[in-house]
Amino acid sequence: MTEQSENNFEQCIKCTVCTVYCPAAAANPLYPGPKQAGPDGERLRLKRPEFYDEALKYCLNCKRCEVACPSNVRIGDIIQLARIKFSRKKPGLREFVLANTDLVGSLSTPLAPVVNATVAWKPVKLIMDKVMRIDHRRTFPKYAFGTFESWMRRQRAAQAAFPQQVSYFHGCYVNYNNPPLGRDFVKVMNALGYGVQLLGKEKCCGVALISNGLIGQAKRQAKVNIASIREAVIGRNMPVLGTSSTCVFTLRDEYQHLLGIDTSEVRDRIELATRYIYRLLSSGEASLRFRRDAPKLRVAYHTPCHMEKLGWSYYSIELLKMIPSVELTVLDSQCCGIAGTYGFKKENYETSQRIGEGLFRQIEASGCDLVATDCETCKWQIEMSTSKRVEHPLSILAAALE
Amino acid sequence: MTKQFDVIIIGGGATGAGVARDCSLRGIRALLLERSDIATGATGRNHGLLHSGARYAVTDRESAEECIKENMILRRIASHCVDETDGLFLSLPEDGLEFQSKFVEACRAAGIRADMIDPKEALRLEPSANPAMIGAVRVPDGSVDPFRLTMANIIDARAHGAEVLTYHEVSDFIREQNRIAGVVALDRKTGEKQEYRAQVVVNACGIWGHEIARKAGVTINMLPAKGSLLIFGHRVNNIVLNRCRKPADADILVPGDTISLIGTTSSKVPFDEVDNMYVTADEVDLLLREGMKLAPSLAHTRILRAYAGVRPLVASDDDPSGRSVSRGIVVLDHATRDGLEGFITITGGKLMTYRLMAEWTTDLVCRKLSLAARCTTAEEKLPGSREPESEVSRRLISVPVAQRESSIYRHGEMAEKLPNGDAARRSLVCECEEVSVGEVEYALKELDVNNLVDLRRRTRVGMGTCQGELCACRAAGVMAEAGKYCVRRAKEDLVQFLNERWKGMAPVAWGDTLRESEFTMWIYAGVCGLSNQKTE
Repeated sequence: MTEQSENNFEQCIKCTVCTVYCPAAAANPLYPGPKQAGPDGERLRLKRPEFYDEALKYCLNCKRCEVACPSNVRIGDIIQLARIKFSRKKPGLREFVLANTDLVGSLSTPLAPVVNATVAWKPVKLIMDKVMRIDHRRTFPKYAFGTFESWMRRQRAAQAAFPQQVSYFHGCYVNYNNPPLGRDFVKVMNALGYGVQLLGKEKCCGVALISNGLIGQAKRQAKVNIASIREAVIGRNMPVLGTSSTCVFTLRDEYQHLLGIDTSEVRDRIELATRYIYRLLSSGEASLRFRRDAPKLRVAYHTPCHMEKLGWSYYSIELLKMIPSVELTVLDSQCCGIAGTYGFKKENYETSQRIGEGLFRQIEASGCDLVATDCETCKWQIEMSTSKRVEHPLSILAAALE
Repeated sequence: MTKQFDVIIIGGGATGAGVARDCSLRGIRALLLERSDIATGATGRNHGLLHSGARYAVTDRESAEECIKENMILRRIASHCVDETDGLFLSLPEDGLEFQSKFVEACRAAGIRADMIDPKEALRLEPSANPAMIGAVRVPDGSVDPFRLTMANIIDARAHGAEVLTYHEVSDFIREQNRIAGVVALDRKTGEKQEYRAQVVVNACGIWGHEIARKAGVTINMLPAKGSLLIFGHRVNNIVLNRCRKPADADILVPGDTISLIGTTSSKVPFDEVDNMYVTADEVDLLLREGMKLAPSLAHTRILRAYAGVRPLVASDDDPSGRSVSRGIVVLDHATRDGLEGFITITGGKLMTYRLMAEWTTDLVCRKLSLAARCTTAEEKLPGSREPESEVSRRLISVPVAQRESSIYRHGEMAEKLPNGDAARRSLVCECEEVSVGEVEYALKELDVNNLVDLRRRTRVGMGTCQGELCACRAAGVMAEAGKYCVRRAKEDLVQFLNERWKGMAPVAWGDTLRESEFTMWIYAGVCGLSNQKTE
């Protein structure tokens, strides 16, 4: 049986290890857990669509079930596909606002100081809670004044001068919220002797559109992205690197599995920046020079769920270990609870915080100065729920360069 | 002490249960004796196909007409046992289209709706169908659950005063001159014998009726014909798929509850094998090879198990060679046939016509008892089919959806009797088929369950993908708690149940089915310490 076979759920031998590893099932008794929601439920839904259970919306799509499964069942995909196919709940205004990170970002960045102050204001939070059911206890990510893309356009000539080139899928977060991370990536790549280019046209990867049921829009955006990626990979023989583990995971796997978009020709060349850089360094193709005067920094690395699914946290961890001033602890791999837009929704707030509890405790107890992680939503959740600041491994690396 | 009834029915298959119901609805005091559990013979070992009659239209007009009439009746009276899927008769290139026009004409002549449809349309309706087909005819086939159908008849018979005793084997007949006056039955649970008397005894034992008749002193020339089937792990098709040609082996694929079934083979077997049927490797090959022609995806679909049943074919009385076999209904009044009063044999026929068989038998019983009561089984709905599913679903809205829909699918409006008030009762015993603790408790209390296999027939515990891996021990636990048996017997029952599951998996034990069974063995032998040896 091939991995792509429709009947993949039949490989399940009911060992239930997926449910043991499911963060949502442990925190929320209303969620039937991946075994029942996935392979067991699929069999019933094939009998009659009436067997679809709206409780499947409690799935975080963290894919930890798939990592745990010894039978290679695509449990998370089965659940997401069932939601796409059977859910009768139509996405509302809240889903539209949360999922359209691209649109909301481009409206917010020109007015960033105003927007940031407004959404941090208590009465506004209460109104959003009451009207849109976006939980008032949530801290919103701040918008940057000016996008990463506009900064990059000014770098075009300088970047083109490098002998080797990579293209960069920056994602909405770098573009609208954290352009400094994008600049750190460019700095590191330049230090390695690589120039960085933007894709011909980049749209939001669509992960939030998928989880909020806006499938048609997700497909349209995916097609634009894949066309640009194809042009970079096949047309100009450049790899496409990303700094967000979720964006990279979505481009590589979710497009094919959930949206039915063929990515086979380019998939292997879409990868996480830390993995690419690690390979350059470990093979001796390139090298970096670190500052000698940098103060000691105790860093705790958190493995985001999609990083676990990619199996690539190793590269970020090894990269951090190469920095002489960094003293690294690796936290247990567990979900922080936010799962993108999931934790923003009022009905999920409690579950979201309960899922993350263990992680927050471990972070506080670790005595670290700083938490490192490759996922932006994990960063928001950890910064909101602990006393620590969170940075991307590449920002820590960039700061340590000579 | 001897117990007195008007009629004793031997055999707890669909026919026996149907006779018991029909008799009790007509005010006749009936006793049903079954040597094992209900629906253990041919009733529970066939396709579960709700024939439209189309299959017989060309070769056996009479059967076809009976089928379509009963089909329409069962949709009404047994709606909770029936899935109205419709059926397609596919013409493959190797079949040609010659048969098709004859087929459609014969169907229409028998009163069966038969619509010729474009192969592209057929593929849209049923995407699993072989895309190589050159023609398709749509007919009102469906699927019917034989266990539920039998149980519903038993429940209604009991509600109207009938007594039903399972695990009671008839060991002797009480014969007074030229009349059968009753039976001696062995209670297989206690080992005690008991006399039961009645004016009429009905032999509704399927293939075992051959031996029962011999015990009563008459001869019926029966021929056991084995039919093997394969069960697939999930619903491959949602419309019954048939081949549009003269009936042959492995040419029907039926979606039944959560699974699909392909069958059957046909071969004569000796009488001493009818109690222990094994499916051979050749039969598995044949079923798969032919099945793939109906739905190519069967080639890579997990096979859950294989099983076989025995059709009771009856040789015509005027043909001692046994070559001329009737597939129609055979009612034998042994008073006129053999000069033996008070004894009737009902045999032949098929699951589809069980009600009609019961009607004819009860008509004869009435004549013998000089009663004029009219048959009402074609109008009176069976328990479970008396209220629309959507109505019941609305009333059970607080039960989790998959559990709710599964229990209603299985029990109709009787699902409301399931205890579901607390979290413990809503927790699942069987995860594959969504059987709750409450449903098991209900079955133990109301549906005459003696062991795990009985429980399976009433609830589908252990019939899902895992074949008992997770549910068998939980179910045994609930049974022990309910006081059905002690720990020692619970262990023996578990061993028996798991061995019975393995028997069906063994002929198809490769790939995921083998992995699953290995894992099951690891759990029970390795973790639970269950062994095959009899406990002291």
